[in-house]
Amino acid sequence: MSTNIAAQMNSVLAALVLLTAFGLLVQRRVYGLLHLFAWQGLFLSISTAVVGFVSSQHHLYISSVLTLALKVIVLPYILHTLIIRLKIHKEVETVVNVPATMLIGIALVIFSYHLTAPIRDLSTLVTKSTIAVALATVMLGLLMMITRRHAVTQIIGFLAMENGLFFAATSATYGMPLVVELGVALDILIAAFIFGIFFFHIRETFDSLDVEQMAMLKEED
Amino acid sequence: MSPFVLASFSILLLLFSLVLAPIFARRQRLLIYVSFTLAAFSSLTALAAGIWTVGKGSVESYILLLGLPELPFHLRLDPLSGFFLTVIGLLGLFVSIYSIGYVKGILSHRPVTSLVIFYNLFIAGMFMVIVADDAFFFLISWEVMAASSYFLVMFEDERAENRRAAFTYLLIAHVGAIAILLSFGVMAGLATGFESFNGYTFDAMRHAEFPVRWATAAFFLAFFGFAAKAGMIPLHVWLPEAHPVAPSNVSALMSGVMLKTAIYGIIRVTFDLVRIFPWWWGAIVLALGLITAVMGILYAIMQQDLKRLLAYSSVENIGIILIGVSLAMVFSSFQMPVFSALALTASLYHVLNHAMFKGLLFMGAGAVLHATGERNMERMGGLIHKMPWTSAFFLIGCISISALPPFNGFVSEWLTFQAFLLSPAVPSPLLKLLIPLGASLLALTAALAATCFVKAFGMTFLGQWRGHHPQHIHEADGTMKTGMILTAVTCLCLGILPTIVIGWMDTLTEQLTGGRLASTAGEFGWLWLTPISHARASYSAPLIFLIIPAVVSLVYLFLHIRKKAIHRVPLWDCGFQKITTRMQYTGTSFSMPLRRIFGFLFRIREDVRIEAPRHKAFPQKIHYRLRVRDRLWEWFYNPVADASFWLARRVGRLQQGRIQVYLIYSFVTIIILLVLL
Repeated sequence: MSTNIAAQMNSVLAALVLLTAFGLLVQRRVYGLLHLFAWQGLFLSISTAVVGFVSSQHHLYISSVLTLALKVIVLPYILHTLIIRLKIHKEVETVVNVPATMLIGIALVIFSYHLTAPIRDLSTLVTKSTIAVALATVMLGLLMMITRRHAVTQIIGFLAMENGLFFAATSATYGMPLVVELGVALDILIAAFIFGIFFFHIRETFDSLDVEQMAMLKEED
Repeated sequence: MSPFVLASFSILLLLFSLVLAPIFARRQRLLIYVSFTLAAFSSLTALAAGIWTVGKGSVESYILLLGLPELPFHLRLDPLSGFFLTVIGLLGLFVSIYSIGYVKGILSHRPVTSLVIFYNLFIAGMFMVIVADDAFFFLISWEVMAASSYFLVMFEDERAENRRAAFTYLLIAHVGAIAILLSFGVMAGLATGFESFNGYTFDAMRHAEFPVRWATAAFFLAFFGFAAKAGMIPLHVWLPEAHPVAPSNVSALMSGVMLKTAIYGIIRVTFDLVRIFPWWWGAIVLALGLITAVMGILYAIMQQDLKRLLAYSSVENIGIILIGVSLAMVFSSFQMPVFSALALTASLYHVLNHAMFKGLLFMGAGAVLHATGERNMERMGGLIHKMPWTSAFFLIGCISISALPPFNGFVSEWLTFQAFLLSPAVPSPLLKLLIPLGASLLALTAALAATCFVKAFGMTFLGQWRGHHPQHIHEADGTMKTGMILTAVTCLCLGILPTIVIGWMDTLTEQLTGGRLASTAGEFGWLWLTPISHARASYSAPLIFLIIPAVVSLVYLFLHIRKKAIHRVPLWDCGFQKITTRMQYTGTSFSMPLRRIFGFLFRIREDVRIEAPRHKAFPQKIHYRLRVRDRLWEWFYNPVADASFWLARRVGRLQQGRIQVYLIYSFVTIIILLVLL
């Protein structure tokens, strides 16, 4: 496989990642979100493997397998069981003002391209065109956390942000050292467990998973 | 074997004793014995190290490979640290002995594990402050000291009064610590610039040349930071709140030596780190010192709470010490090393003396509190019959603090006056005019201090018991007496043999000011103290010490030969007969003339309410209520507190309690940073 084809494949995968990020931003059903998140993980994993093959950085294969295992199988599975046990699989979240959110998202993507232009000029890597997409994915994840009200969606937003960071690491420098990636993977897994525990507590306290309710905790003056 | 080894052994021993506390937590009596014995022993070690260092004039410095990477701790033991090590070690030794008996008394109401732990940590913290030789370790030790003393003030935390006092203390201590941090920051930045971090060592600051403006900023930041800890007016408000509520052994240490670590800081920064300064710094410090001394003692006279009175008197003494330091600064800036050495000696001597007599007085007050459960002097009286030992020691403390010969207070105040009298030599006409005015204020302070302690002693120990339950009063126990005897004897020795002490301190003044005093001061041996020359002034403490008992015993004999010369009459009946104990002269009446004269300085509220059901001429009951408060609370502290609450409420609006809003804050921050960078 030549470098050129690899670069093109990588760009396609980056585009798919970006697409799923936008999908996450507007999807209203919890199941749909979960599927989109799993897809995003899959694209990420393939892209990492491709980059690893082209640049013959073989530790990237491990990262890729790890991503596949964690973000495509384990985390969606954990969230899935959570959704079942919390009995929220039929809920439809009201997403406010979809067009405005999309427009902000597009603005963020353009902004990311503008921001990473100097890096693209300097970089010699195969993946240089995808840095902007990675940065945009991070920002879209954050935007998702801001616009959504449901605790589970916020977690998915958080995980999507992490995906973006991982993607940025792969595309900017061919991945972080393996130790760091293992550490991050472990962190994510633990975070997912902690979130799971918190969901139950939040629901017990507020009888809902709507984070708006937490405003009640504020001290009145 | 060197002084430094002794000093570090002492610190390590104190830190080690903290480990013992959990082991002995179940056996509180044993814990008290073991812990306070260890504290006494390590204080003794530190005392030996201090005396040795100052006597030899040695400077030792070490680097300790602890702390952050690339930022090791630096330690140094020079004569200045040695002197303060001596002061802390000496009082630490006496108070630790005293504490064994005192803390056993507390044991009947509550467990004392936390008191024991923080007491040892507190002493260790003070020693660490003294030996620190870089800003980093200094501030860590400073915070250890502040935090442990905070917990000591909080010891009886079920009372709201104590929590409030401790909070005020912690707040002012931290405002001070921030100022000190900034000052070190300025000096470190100027010492090595921003290329390397090595400027944080005192050694780098010592070798740096500071531009005058920056040096002024650094000095005043450090000065106000340390002054907050020392209790200089207007930063003294924590002191009269915190000292009365802390256990008495702790108040003795806090007042006796913790305030002195702040004086150490001021001297260290001024004479060792900055070194070259204009005369007007000294003038400002002098003015503040004078205000502190006069106001401190005036407030002290107004108090009815014995420990509060002692706390305000500490404010006054800090003022006197600052006056000495400021004179040393003035003389030093005009290149008069010998005069500067005299002023600095006077002030350091007062540091040592104040540690001793204020420690003694607080221990005495603690013994009274322990015996009667009472802090209010208006409900005491006549304790001299029940507690003869304690009252004798308290009397010695009172005489010392009132600066009467032959005790130690006189020597240091006399030396301070000598320094004042040298001021005509200063080549600045303004100072020539103003400094004698300061001397007169200091004289006023000394007289007021005597008045104050006549009140303290008279109301507590003389007259008749005014309170309700006189039957339980008992004398202090053996260890408490031992602690007080040792302190009292030290007071006397420091008063009788000043020449020896000044000779011992000679290396210290030489290193800081370049002037030597011992050769002129001790010109005529230990008998005569002649600070500059014998033609100017001389004082022979040993002779006075011999003359006073001689005169007293002659008078006694003279009166006792004629049996009829002595009548025994009811106490304090002023010639009237059949007056009850409630009709006695009180502390409030004693201080009334001064309250009238200086009333404008205080916020005084006097309410008299007469209950006369039938006719005004036949009152049944008269209620009298007097409240004397610091004006500074309304002028300075309350506005500042209100302003900060107002600001906090404004800032509080940022807190919406919604996750999304917080996320937007970080999102916007990220975007702005990305755009700008």
